[in-house]
Amino acid sequence: MMTDMTVATPIQALTKKDFESGLDVRWCPGCGDYAVLSQITKLMPKLGIPRENYAFVSGIGCSSRFPYYVNTYGLHSIHGRAPAIASGVKLANPDMSVWVVTGDGDALAIGGNHFIHAVRRNIGLKIILLNNRIYGLTKGQYSPTSEMGKKTKTTPLGNIDQPFSPVALALGAGATFAARCIDSDQAMMAAILERAAKHEGTAFVEILQNCVVFNDGAFDMLSDKATRDDTRMVMEHGKPLIFGKDRNKGIRLRGMDMEVVTIGENGVTAADILVHDENAAHSGLAFSLGQFESPNFPVPFGVFRDVDKPSYEALSKQLAESARAAKGRGDLQRLLNSGDTWTIK
Amino acid sequence: MERVLGNNYGNQPIAKAKNMSNESVTARSIEELDSVVIRFVGDSGDGMQLTGTEFSKAVAKAGHGFVTHPDYPSEIRAPTGTLYGVSGYQIQYSSSQVFTSGDAPDVLVVMNPAALKTNLPDVKHGGILIVNSSAFTPGNLEKAKYESNPLTDGSLQGYRLYAIDISTLTANALADSGLGKKEVGMCKNYFSLGLMMCLYSRPVDKEITDIEKKFAKKPKIAAANTTALRAGYAYAEATEMFAVSYQMRESTPKPGKYRSITGNTASALGFVAASEISGVPLFIGSYPITPATEILQELSGFKHYNVTSFQAEDEIAGICSTIGAAYSGALGVTTTSGPGLALKTEAMGLAAILEIPMVIVDVQRAGPCTGIPTKTEQSDLLQAVYGRNGECPIPVIAANSPSDCFDAALEAFRIAVKYMTPVILLTEGGIGQAAEPWLIPDVASLPKMEVKYLTDPKGFQAYARDENLARAWVRPGTPGMEHRIGGLEKDALTGNISSEPLNHQIMCETRAAKVAGIAKDFPPLKVEGPAKGELLVIGWGSTYGAIAQAWQKANAAGKSVAFVHLRHLNPMPSDLGDIISRYKKVLVPETNLGQLSRLLRERYLRDVIQLNKIQGKPLKVAEIYDRILELC
Repeated sequence: MMTDMTVATPIQALTKKDFESGLDVRWCPGCGDYAVLSQITKLMPKLGIPRENYAFVSGIGCSSRFPYYVNTYGLHSIHGRAPAIASGVKLANPDMSVWVVTGDGDALAIGGNHFIHAVRRNIGLKIILLNNRIYGLTKGQYSPTSEMGKKTKTTPLGNIDQPFSPVALALGAGATFAARCIDSDQAMMAAILERAAKHEGTAFVEILQNCVVFNDGAFDMLSDKATRDDTRMVMEHGKPLIFGKDRNKGIRLRGMDMEVVTIGENGVTAADILVHDENAAHSGLAFSLGQFESPNFPVPFGVFRDVDKPSYEALSKQLAESARAAKGRGDLQRLLNSGDTWTIK
Repeated sequence: MERVLGNNYGNQPIAKAKNMSNESVTARSIEELDSVVIRFVGDSGDGMQLTGTEFSKAVAKAGHGFVTHPDYPSEIRAPTGTLYGVSGYQIQYSSSQVFTSGDAPDVLVVMNPAALKTNLPDVKHGGILIVNSSAFTPGNLEKAKYESNPLTDGSLQGYRLYAIDISTLTANALADSGLGKKEVGMCKNYFSLGLMMCLYSRPVDKEITDIEKKFAKKPKIAAANTTALRAGYAYAEATEMFAVSYQMRESTPKPGKYRSITGNTASALGFVAASEISGVPLFIGSYPITPATEILQELSGFKHYNVTSFQAEDEIAGICSTIGAAYSGALGVTTTSGPGLALKTEAMGLAAILEIPMVIVDVQRAGPCTGIPTKTEQSDLLQAVYGRNGECPIPVIAANSPSDCFDAALEAFRIAVKYMTPVILLTEGGIGQAAEPWLIPDVASLPKMEVKYLTDPKGFQAYARDENLARAWVRPGTPGMEHRIGGLEKDALTGNISSEPLNHQIMCETRAAKVAGIAKDFPPLKVEGPAKGELLVIGWGSTYGAIAQAWQKANAAGKSVAFVHLRHLNPMPSDLGDIISRYKKVLVPETNLGQLSRLLRERYLRDVIQLNKIQGKPLKVAEIYDRILELC
């Protein structure tokens, strides 16, 4: 479609500041969203994409204010619909780098359908889900990722909804790139965002993000230096899935299931530990990892899955090209004259 | 472009039409007709839609004008023989103007008892019944709730009944075909088609070519259908049952190249035309829904044009992907029917506040809720005009016939890009799936459509407006014009978020004024009949044909009645108020409970007389004519 992009801005000269819109950022002081904004604006000048070729699309919620703060094209749309709108943006102009910034309510409740279908199609969107496990903008109701038993304004007696794992959901929908990180670990976030940005097709990143007002401390166990080594597991491609302060705990495959084992105990050796494979033919193991929950399992961080598949926009372009190759460029008069015609003289 | 109502075609010499005759066949009288209404009815699996379509093609090729009305159940294959599984296809064709598919059939071609039961009340008194008697078995009679066989109990005395054992005759003709019983049974629609083609003096050679094309991959089936067609024709010719054949009278044709076109195809072609004329890519994001699906299907096959089609996961994603594409500079269109329009409501608000151009097509069907999906109705007018939260004006236009959808689709985009607004195009099931002849326009004669994108960043303000109150269209990817907009109220100039009280009032009033201002582009309304007088009939949408014909009759009868038909429902034409004031009474026929009537009362503080029919069927000429006579 429209690909006559004008590259005017000297890309190399761009800095983080060039990507900040200058509008007052209106998140609560201490909100985890600031860290994400900072990392994304820091990453953008590094990607070699002209500023005008970025579009940020969002829905509704605290995280969905994001586009206003980035100095690119931005569309702050309606609740849950950002993946659908962004799909149209990408299809109409595949040269754009299109980012969806969303939240646990926006992407997984009201927008669940658009989310899974965008992921299923492998359309070239970078979907960044800021998961604070609570509804912030409406002031503290439970979300699709709130844990069982959680007391919120709409669950005064405790939550009885089973929560989603966003990563498992994305993998179930066929994600070709799925990753998780946390707002407090900026170095890891930067690395993951960069890989997501360069991925062909849909790249899904869940960022655990602390809501200081309505769910403060939700991820303390995962961010505190004192506890995090035992509660989280950083996955690296081609390396064994090991965690713990002493780096002696790991994940072992038992049949189709996974279990936590301690190296050196009960005859377990380093060789028994499952080696992480981001490029596995099937997403089964990644899906299992995506379902790991505290306290019985460590919460995995890093890239769960990264595989190559043609993007939807590439296939769409290919269809048009092969149709033109087979039939020739369409001619309007010929089209109008097609079908059963007859002439009256 | 002129819409061809005058189905003013020439006629074929009888000898040519009867090219299958041979000298020995009993001489039969030829009755000349001005017009005829034929309805084919049977089980939804009997192939009646195909028979009807093929018959209309044969009629078209002879140069007659026609209008069709397919009428089928929601079930794809309802249990055979049931009353609710009956499928029908009606065609009216004529030597003079054809406005509608006809009030009452002159001829009913009936494949089973259930079809007879449900359709007989519509048939003209003394009309012709051509009945497949082999289907009138005790079992089928019971399913149709007949206590005795109507073919033999005398209850059809008021009609000209031709009971023909079509199943057996077809089976006999195909005895050597090598096909199984089931496949043979499926050929009976071609037998009845052949029979009707003989009776109505249509040659079958072109039809045979069509069969060969259609079943090219199944030569055995092609041969069987051809044999069945010829057998039906020969049977009608040879049997002494039919004392007359019918021949359409000659008329003056309007020269040119024609095709038969349904409303949904015409809409699809109109959108491609908008894209080709403007040089802007077309994007369709839609979700399948009866009776609108064909537009998405058609456009999906036009990828060698500048068309991207996207079958979305739901109605909301249909419009949202379209909004995204339109925001990116494409001509965006999403297609739906009533329930889908309801789902798209919030997103229409987004398109309106973003002020981006796009078209939303609603091929209306009987509601509320799922309603009767395959039946036609005009009951989404108020939803289209008002059905959104907040003050959210969106232009609404309506097509009035199948071929008119082409012009309406083009106009919808013209308004959208000129005024930077979503536009709702209302058509109806009875337009979208019905067919009529269309005088194919010359592309060079189509009015130009200019699309401008703003590319100069100097002094750029996202919501600065031109003389039409339209803001600029800026494609993402344009350097130096990066900006952020959304569904929150925005500053009247910069487009940045603003909840400032006075700014909101300004924005609401500006959006309203912009849409109201579109009326300045409308041509003066065409009033048929006296410029002032007793009665004015106002219509919109598919009732055009029936009202026009009723008006013609009343006018010929010397009644002081005028007729005006509305393309533009929001805003309304600025001369409509003055026109209304010149008549003592106003009659508004609609297939709803009075939605245009409400709009007219509200807008012009003038009472109107309603004529409402809400049965999933079009208004008949007679129903409107009778009401006109009562009123003046």
